[in-house]
This record gives sequence, structure tokens and C-alpha cells, in this order.
Amino acid sequence: MSATHTISDAHDHHHGPAKGLTRWLYTTNHKDIGSLYLWFSFTMFLLGGAFALVIRAELFQPGLQFIEPAFFNQMTTMHGLIMVFGAVMPAFVGLANWLIPLMIGAPDMALPRMNNWSFWLLPFAFTIMVSTMFMEGGGPNFGWTFYAPLSTTYAPPSTTFFIFAVHVMGASSIMGSINVIATILNMRAPGMTFMKMPLFVWTWLITAYLLIAVMPVLAGVVTMMLFDIHFGTSFFNAAGGGDPVLFQHLFWFFGHPEVYIMILPAFGIVSAIIPTFARKRLFGYDSMVYATASIAFLSFIVWAHHMFTVGMPLAGQLFFMYATMLIAVPTGVKVFNWVATMFRGAMTFETPMLFAIAFVVLFTMGGFTGVMLAITPADFQYHDTYFVVAHFHYVLVPGAVFSIMAAAYYWLPKWTGYMYDETLGKLHFWLSFIGVNLLFFPQHFLGLAGMPRRIPDYALQFANFNWISSVGGFLFGFSQLILLFVVIKCIRGGKKATDQVWEGAQGLEWTVPSPAPYHTFETPPDPKLIHAQ
Amino acid sequence: MASGSSQSAYYVPEQSKYPFFASIGLALTVFGMGNILNDIAAGSSVTTSTWMAITGFLILATILFNWFATVIRENHAGMNSDQLKRSYVWGMMWFIFSEVMFFAAFFGALFYVRQLSVPWLGGEGAKGIAGDVLWPEFQATWPLLVNPDSNVFVNPHDGLHVKEWSASFFAGYLPFWNTVVLITSSVTLHFAHVALKAENRARLIQWMLVTVSLGLIFLVLQVLEYREAYGHYGITLNSGIYGSTFFMLTGFHGFHVTLGTFMLIVMLLRSMKGHFKPDDHFGFEAAAWYWHFVDVVWIGLFIFVYCL
Repeated sequence: MSATHTISDAHDHHHGPAKGLTRWLYTTNHKDIGSLYLWFSFTMFLLGGAFALVIRAELFQPGLQFIEPAFFNQMTTMHGLIMVFGAVMPAFVGLANWLIPLMIGAPDMALPRMNNWSFWLLPFAFTIMVSTMFMEGGGPNFGWTFYAPLSTTYAPPSTTFFIFAVHVMGASSIMGSINVIATILNMRAPGMTFMKMPLFVWTWLITAYLLIAVMPVLAGVVTMMLFDIHFGTSFFNAAGGGDPVLFQHLFWFFGHPEVYIMILPAFGIVSAIIPTFARKRLFGYDSMVYATASIAFLSFIVWAHHMFTVGMPLAGQLFFMYATMLIAVPTGVKVFNWVATMFRGAMTFETPMLFAIAFVVLFTMGGFTGVMLAITPADFQYHDTYFVVAHFHYVLVPGAVFSIMAAAYYWLPKWTGYMYDETLGKLHFWLSFIGVNLLFFPQHFLGLAGMPRRIPDYALQFANFNWISSVGGFLFGFSQLILLFVVIKCIRGGKKATDQVWEGAQGLEWTVPSPAPYHTFETPPDPKLIHAQ
Repeated sequence: MASGSSQSAYYVPEQSKYPFFASIGLALTVFGMGNILNDIAAGSSVTTSTWMAITGFLILATILFNWFATVIRENHAGMNSDQLKRSYVWGMMWFIFSEVMFFAAFFGALFYVRQLSVPWLGGEGAKGIAGDVLWPEFQATWPLLVNPDSNVFVNPHDGLHVKEWSASFFAGYLPFWNTVVLITSSVTLHFAHVALKAENRARLIQWMLVTVSLGLIFLVLQVLEYREAYGHYGITLNSGIYGSTFFMLTGFHGFHVTLGTFMLIVMLLRSMKGHFKPDDHFGFEAAAWYWHFVDVVWIGLFIFVYCL
């Protein structure tokens, strides 16, 4: 690319996308990259979902029927890794790419080429990670938390590739987050002050900060694993003066903020959707911002509640218990504000709103079980049982994943220019809603009754709840094909969407045409269009 | 905060081949490196995997070189508005923050083993019971010279410095001189920056030469330090947690100094080519920030790894 060539391009902004495959390989457009992230995420969602269905099929009844226990372990591990790093996180980054420039009135992301690099690292990283399943000794089999020494002394040889794949994903996340922060801090249109930013932008600003703070710690901990495996260091080996518990501290110092990385953007999405369909302004915008920041701060000082049973001094147990319970306060503020926004609103229940309301109810349930798990003495009972599985799936599936689906339905008309099929959307919602509760609600009872997680077989008394859970799993899993169908149908045509799309929608993204042109806000929007939230 | 006039001129680059092929390069590099490690562990030939890693690295290096060259060319062609330049500034600042957190993980590991897990293994406190049961003979010391299980992790030799904290002790203490070298290099780099802002190119180049030389001297001294640790004291990666934390912290720091020196060499060459204006030299500043950052990390290392 010569300098003169790029200069002429710079003066010629009013053309559409390039033709053919290279549009997607070489793109610097935030909308293209957003779409790439979202399609990648959906692909990974189906792959990770397929692994989950293998697990649920095996657990349909007691005894071993389909797969070997060793392969079962690989399924639980890969399901977790793919869903966390391949499905949920890239979906939120995709939404950030599509929406943040539109919401703050910027022409694109701050560093468009690096933006493309952040995306294209992911398919390569996941190819390496999934390829480990075909290597000698099988893929990672130590759970998505990859505790040492399972992931060091007793790990399959493919762990080396798992470690490098995590490094590459981490590089992708850090570059993506740097881009989000630079965009939000530097690219806001005149008049778009911090306290006028949509909450999705706010939550992503804080999420990006969390990512830059903790992904390097994850890189550090997998590097220590690499050196323990190949170079004889003893970080996680007590025989040399190290400590396997050190792994857990370092992992969860990353892992707990990671949990909020997967939920804060969801808060932003729901805070956009509920006011639109309640036709009211969001209740308590300022308190939403402060609550998000408080949750982010607290996320750094609660990590050891994941490891109460590993043994730690009493003062540590008390500190982490109370700090964890404190998170219920800002989270409660948020739930209160969403409910107060709906209170006496002129509500309608289109598909995005159904998913958003389901989010508020079911995420809150996941939050309540979280408070139960925070109680140290109670956690000694619940630890590593299906109660934990039920808890984090409630916050991640009807929590994070439902919010992503809500976002997809909400902004799909803006992306494609057409309304999606509302009947199919509602069908998708109700099947997902019923499926997800059938799938995860019985797991609370299984866990309280003592069924451990990550096992391919179980005692007979757990049989009934397990088959109900498996039926729910298959119902939820196959319902997602409806989403795929609705999205493809919407891309191909349908009722034309208006610019505002939804009667109550507020914000800059609804002032541009539907579908949003390839380049938007090359000149800043009229400041009069920017309203307080 | 964005200003209206610069917003309209924000340069959004056209399609670029760099990111996609850089991804291929990086993927090949790490896949090759993984294969090298597993081949060594399995005792098989590393030829193919080495070539894979080298090819990947060359692709990555070539692309990064051209990518940076493009960015510099765009800036020289006047395409970068003030607002775009701020994006690069934010980018570098947050990148350095991510590096801080990477080192935080290793410092955290050091503090944890020194303050908690090694004393517990020695039988101290409520959690000391595990240490009493596993290795009753084990004594918690720092530096850890006798490992809990010396058959698995070879003990370092005896005779590690007992530090006396006198002037004569520091005069013969290599890490002390390394600290002097590195802090001096931060100062000389600052002089180079001052010369750049004063448009005194000859002095800029002189100070850059001094800074780069100090960086190289630091690396040479660090090699000597490692030889002494390995040969004389028997501190190795395999000698227990003291060697593990020592080599990982100083090793990653040394790797970052190497990167920083490379950046400074590039800045030196660019200075000689006539790049940088007094009001437009963020490439130089970014490299300088990075250098000051590795300097600060070293001060932490000197205090917590060497002195305390």
C-alpha cells in the first residue's frame, strides 16, 4: 500500500464495502469486524453447545452409556473454555464494535487495523485449542479452571498448545480492550459528555479496564504452568517450595473479574432495552454508573470465595465472605433500577424485551444463589456440587447469553434494515426460557442433595432430576437453531425497518438510517441529538 | 474530549492485509514453539517444528516492520489529526498498564511463597500442620536453600551471599551496578528527549547512543549474573521456588529490556534518518515510556528479589 494510494482513499469515504472474501479478511470497518465477531461467537456457541449436549446425553441416566470418562472430562473442559472465551466474550466485543462508535457518534473505532487483528487472532487461537482434542493423549481434561497439578504434573502433552492458545486469546482481548478504551475516551462526539454516554458504553469502558487488568495475570499464570511442565520450575509444586494453591489464587485473581467481564456489558444491554419498551427514561442513570464501577472494584477483592474449601486462615475466609456479600448491594441497586424503570411504564413485549425481562428475573436468581455460596460455612456443603453449576449457569445463560440474544433482536433491524420475524422470535424466546429453566433449575436440587460436578456417572437417587435436566438441555440447544434461522431470514429481507425502529428507542444509533450505512458519523452528529440518558 | 474540527478529519484507514497475515504469523510461531517443546519432551527431532516457528516469526516480524512503516508514512504525509495521535497515546499507555499487571502476577507469586506458603511448609501457623506431616525435617528459610523434597528439586549449593549492607559490599555487588546502569540510562534517555525538543539532532543521537549502550551493558551484566547464579551458586530453574521466582522475574524483565533496547535502536536509526519533530515524536516517546517502565520494574526487582 503506497502512501499516495492511502491518501486518495482518505478523501473518498463515501463508498461501500470491498467485494468478495477479502472484504472480511482485510477489513478495517467497525461494522464488518462487529459482524465477524458475532458470527464467530455464534459458531463457537454451537460448538460449545454440542459439547454440552454430549455431557447431558451421558448424564441422561446413571451408568456409562456413550463416552469414556476420559473423554467426558475433555467435554466439560472444552465446553467451559469455548463458551467463556469463544462464545460470550467475542459476542460482547462484537456488540461493542458495532455499537460503541454508533452510540458515541464516532466515525469508527480508534485503531481500526488493530481492531481487525484482535478479531483474526481468535479463529487461529481456537483452531489450535480445538485441535488438541485430536492430539495424542487427548485435549485438556482438567476443567476450564485448569487447576494445577492436574494441568501440570498430570496433564496431557497437548496442554502446551492449550497454553499458547490462551496466550493468543489474551493478546486479542487486550488489543480489543485498548481499542474500546481509546475509542470511548478519545472519539466521543462534541456534547457527548461522560454522564450522557449510554450505559452500554459505560459498562464496556469498565469491562475493558477489567480485561486489561486481568488478562495479563492469566498470561502470567499459564506461563508459570508452561515453565513447570517444560523447564522444571516449582511454582505449583510443594516439593520445591511452591504451592498448588498459588495457582488457584492467581487463576481466580483473573477469574473473578472475568466473571464480571461477562456480565457488565449485559447490564448495559438490558439498561438500553428496558427503557425503550417501557417507554420511560432509565430510572437512576447515575446510580447505574456508580454501581457498575463499584462492582468492578469489588471484583478484584473477592477472588478467594472460589476456594474456601482449599484452606485459608480464618481472617481470609471472613474477609472474602463479607467482601463478596457486599457485591449484592450495587447489584441490588441495578435490579431495583430496572424494575423501577418498568414500574408504571407503557410496556410492550417484543422479543428483545422478553429476553431482557427474563434476564432481570433469572439473573437475580443466579445472584441469590451467589449470596448463598458466599457464606463460607455453607459453601463447604455446596462446593464442587451441581449447586455451583446451577448458580453460574443461571448467571451466564439466562444472564449473559440471554442479554446477547436480546441485543441481537434489538439491534438486528438497525444492522440489516429489515424487521425480524416476531412470531419466530417469540417462539425462540419461549422455547429457550422453558428449556433453560428445565435444564438448570433441577441442578440446584441435585447439588444440595450432594451430586458432585464434572462426573460422568452418578448415584441412582439423582436419576430423575438428571433426565429432566437433559431434556431441558436438548430443548434449549436445538431452540438456538431458530435464532440462526431468524437472523438469516432477516438478513435476506422482510418488512423495512424505520430509522428509529422502536417507538421508544433513544440514542444516536437510532438517528442513522436502517441499515446503518457502511460509514457513519464521518462528521460529528448535531449536539442537539445528544440527550441525557 | 473530542473537538469538532479534528473529529471530521479522523483518518480511518482503508483495508489492510497486515492484521490477517500477522495472525497467521503469530499462530505459526506459537504452534511451532509448542511443537518444539513437546518434541523435546518426547525426545523426537525438533527440525520441522523449529522451521515452523522461525517461518512464523519471520512473517510476523516482516509484517510488523511494514505495519509500523505504514503508520510512520501516514503521519509524515500529514494524515494523522491530533485526535488520531491521542488514540496512539492512549493505546501505548494502556499497553504499558497491561505489562504492569503481567509483572504483578509474578511479584504476587513471589510475595505469596515468601510470606505464606514457604512458612506454612515449615510448620508455621494454623496451616503449618500440612508441612509438619509432609516434610517434618523441612526448615523455612529465604533464600530457600534446602527444598522440601531435594530428590525432586535439586538444592542450590551453599554459600549464597549473606548481605552485609556496607559500602564495600555494594561496591562488589553486581545487581547494584546493574541498578546504576539502568537508572543512568533512564536519565540519558531523558537528555535525548530534551535534545529532541530543542531540535539539537547531534546531541539527540549522542544521548541515544549512550542510552542504547547502557541497555546493552545491562544485558551483558545480566548474562554474567546468570552464569554466576547457575555455575557458582547452583541456582537454576530446577532448584526449587527460589530459582523459579528469581529466574522468571529477572528473565521476563531481561526480555523486556531486550525489547526496549530494540525499540531504542529503532528510535536511534530513525533519529539518524531525520525523523521526529519537536512537537511530533510520539514513536520516540512511546519507546521512552516503555524504557522508563522497565526501569521501574527493575527497581522493584532490586528491592524485593535482591535486597530484601
